[in-house]
Amino acid sequence: MDWKRFGFIFLIIVVLFGVVVLVGQVKSPPIVIITSMLATTIAVATPLTLGALSGVFCERAGVVNIGIEGMMLSSAFFGWLAAIYMFHIFNFGVGISITVGALFAMVAGALMALLLAVLSITYKVDQIIGGTVINILAVGLTGFLNRQLFFGSGSVFGGNVPNSPGVLPTIHIPIREIFSPLCGDAASCLQVVTSINKVFDQKPIAISAILLVFIAHYVLFNTRWGLRTRAVGEHPKAADTVGINVIKMRYANVLIGGALAGLAGAYFTIESVPSFEPLLTNGRGFISLAAMIFGNWTPIGSWTAALVFGASQALNINIQIFRDVIPPQWAFLQQSYVVGLIPYILTMIILTGIIGRTTPPAADGVPYEK
Amino acid sequence: MAKDSKVVLEAKGITKKFPGVLANDNINFDLREGEIHALLGENGAGKSTLMNILYGLYHPESGEVIVDGNQMQLNSSRDAIHHGIGMVHQHFMLIPVFTVTENIMLGAETDHRAVPNEIPLVKLDRKEVAQKVSDLSHQYGLDVDPEAIVGDLPVGIQQRVEIVKALYRKANILILDEPTAVLTPQEAEDLFRIMHDLTAKGVSIIFITHKLKEVLAVADRITVMRAGRVVGTTTPKESNEQKLASMMVGREVILTVQKKPAEPAEEILRVEDLRVRDVRGLEAVRGVSFSVYAGEVLGIAGVQGNGQTELAEALTGLRHIESGHFTLAGNDLTNKAPRLVTETGLAHIPEDRQRHGLVLSYTITDNMVLCDYYRPPFGKRGVIQQKELDANARKLIKEYDVRTPSPFVAAGKLSGGNQQKVIVARELSRPVKLVIASQPTRGLDVGSIEYIHKEIVAMRDRGVAVLLVSAELDEILSLSDRIAVMYRGEIVDTVNVKETTREQLGLRMAGVHEPA
Repeated sequence: MDWKRFGFIFLIIVVLFGVVVLVGQVKSPPIVIITSMLATTIAVATPLTLGALSGVFCERAGVVNIGIEGMMLSSAFFGWLAAIYMFHIFNFGVGISITVGALFAMVAGALMALLLAVLSITYKVDQIIGGTVINILAVGLTGFLNRQLFFGSGSVFGGNVPNSPGVLPTIHIPIREIFSPLCGDAASCLQVVTSINKVFDQKPIAISAILLVFIAHYVLFNTRWGLRTRAVGEHPKAADTVGINVIKMRYANVLIGGALAGLAGAYFTIESVPSFEPLLTNGRGFISLAAMIFGNWTPIGSWTAALVFGASQALNINIQIFRDVIPPQWAFLQQSYVVGLIPYILTMIILTGIIGRTTPPAADGVPYEK
Repeated sequence: MAKDSKVVLEAKGITKKFPGVLANDNINFDLREGEIHALLGENGAGKSTLMNILYGLYHPESGEVIVDGNQMQLNSSRDAIHHGIGMVHQHFMLIPVFTVTENIMLGAETDHRAVPNEIPLVKLDRKEVAQKVSDLSHQYGLDVDPEAIVGDLPVGIQQRVEIVKALYRKANILILDEPTAVLTPQEAEDLFRIMHDLTAKGVSIIFITHKLKEVLAVADRITVMRAGRVVGTTTPKESNEQKLASMMVGREVILTVQKKPAEPAEEILRVEDLRVRDVRGLEAVRGVSFSVYAGEVLGIAGVQGNGQTELAEALTGLRHIESGHFTLAGNDLTNKAPRLVTETGLAHIPEDRQRHGLVLSYTITDNMVLCDYYRPPFGKRGVIQQKELDANARKLIKEYDVRTPSPFVAAGKLSGGNQQKVIVARELSRPVKLVIASQPTRGLDVGSIEYIHKEIVAMRDRGVAVLLVSAELDEILSLSDRIAVMYRGEIVDTVNVKETTREQLGLRMAGVHEPA
């Protein structure tokens, strides 16, 4: 990641935030809007961040993963399904049910990744085709099971979609409690502290996504595992001659990638909303891939790129709050499909390489043959 | 080297089969402590197979490998490393985006020799390894910067990194596979000095090559292989180039190309201030100007990667020319379509014969008409005339001695030498004015080299202009009438072949302007 790219990212985020501040200033003070935007940005960037990390692990090891979308979708479904089974069939409590749901989502992601690994590493199938297989399979499998289990006569749940046990709770970080005494009685100071606290009050998967960005960075660039992973993705033959098991390294990293995509899937049905609908990932797996490319296959770069996409989605959400005060010349922003286009337009701009070329790992997408 | 020093590595009765090929047939080979033992042979003689067995990458059907008196089971390169065997591959096993230190520590991150049961998440101690690398490089006179990114280093230095990498793993047996193939003559001299330093410190070296001069210059003993068998072992004192060549090929070989003096006539190719970028967008050819005349061979000498590839591609219409221009027989063909260039009278023997010279999945018959298929007699009103194609293929296969069971064999099934003959037949049988031959004999056996050299000289004698691009200095010297040396995208010198020497050219190729 160079400064040009970080600059671009910063600029876009400032513009997106600026638009909401301008539109909403008659209703709320800027600090409230900015912190609210920030909180939403971090939350909605979560699946993109995890998806991009999934791509980073797979592709650094030399396996192109365009199946992130499918891995997310199937793990969103299976995680949700596991939570429902735990809750309604096995009668576990809410906490255990949704925790198991999240873990099961990661397992489901890893299993989809195992399929990609078998196809692309063992059978040396073209990796783009392998990833497409995953994407198509996920749509078919989740749609079919969703219908069979929940709809129509004779389905397991008798035609009624049961209530999910719920979503993961927000973890409160006591910034307000610590800093508010410093404010004394100043109301504006209290408002600032309360607003800032909102940014940090996130749910578990969102928090782990950020931690995972830095863990992934450390693992890739400062540990033996990372050195070997990158070697296998750059020049597998060289790795082989110094005694590294290329096949094993690739399998392991693809499975790690799958579990990360699985956690991204869990975000949708275990952390964000307690329900599943067909195709709910809605292309976010592919946007993750764009974030990974824009982040030049690095965890931190990918995360910042994911934040841009998160910010444009946050704009989309926050602008609805100011529906009644929006000036007529900004009215088009209310049309969700106008703002909804932003991530896709950004993706296209980024992929053209105008903001600097990116270099994939040299052996990315190339099966290893002795 | 003392004759009676002990044997550190021995291969006994090694036999290795590949589908349809007996790559190693009952090979016996031994290496004594502190010696340089050259393994000489043509491509496909089985040298690399034997070395890959010694390095644990292949497993022989029968035979045994004995290291320091103990019989060894070499199941992987890890085992070989563990027994003190290091290998420097012909194509370096280095990761360009890693630093020297990272490349050296890879696979042996916390220990000099990779150990089993490693903890995967152990932190890399780059500082400590860098220190050890710089200690080692001082100890053996192998100057390398541990912090440098390998991809930025010249080839000669990358090779040193490979040697340090082996020494870091405490190798006392070093296998060098065709180490001089990518070096300038000066870099090769440097390497030979390093090899002698290493043997003086007790390292034993197996030196694999097909270059006779080098073997005679540096080896203590020479073992010659041919067609999977050991032909014999000799020493430089008891041998000479002619004898070694006969052993390698199995018959008498004419090492020098027989040719009459050139009779240059009118100017055929004229290149003026040509500038071309490479795939990465960097300027690879920087303002090159020269001419080639009918009836002469102009050789472009230079270490690979100094812009020769891009120059040849630009002149054949395959690469965009940024500025400058070139004319072929008076026609300006700058940035014109390859077909127009070909029709104007160009024959092109490309550098990468498998990717740019042939369609490997097509038959020989179809490959023979890749330049002419669309026009009579081969194509009429858009329809291929199969009879004409067949007749053409039969004629050329006979004329150019392509060894194939039938004209309908896919080009990919032929040996390298025969693939090149198909290209030569297609290109040189057309009425052309200029031949551009890039690395025409790379990777070929001595017999095929002889043949292709003869054909190139024959073209010249027929009054065709020839532009020969080669990284083999011997080839340049024996075929060319004039030699242009390319260095960093520029022609730094143009000389008459009679007025220069190997040493002078070597210095020019390394970018030295005045002979030291």
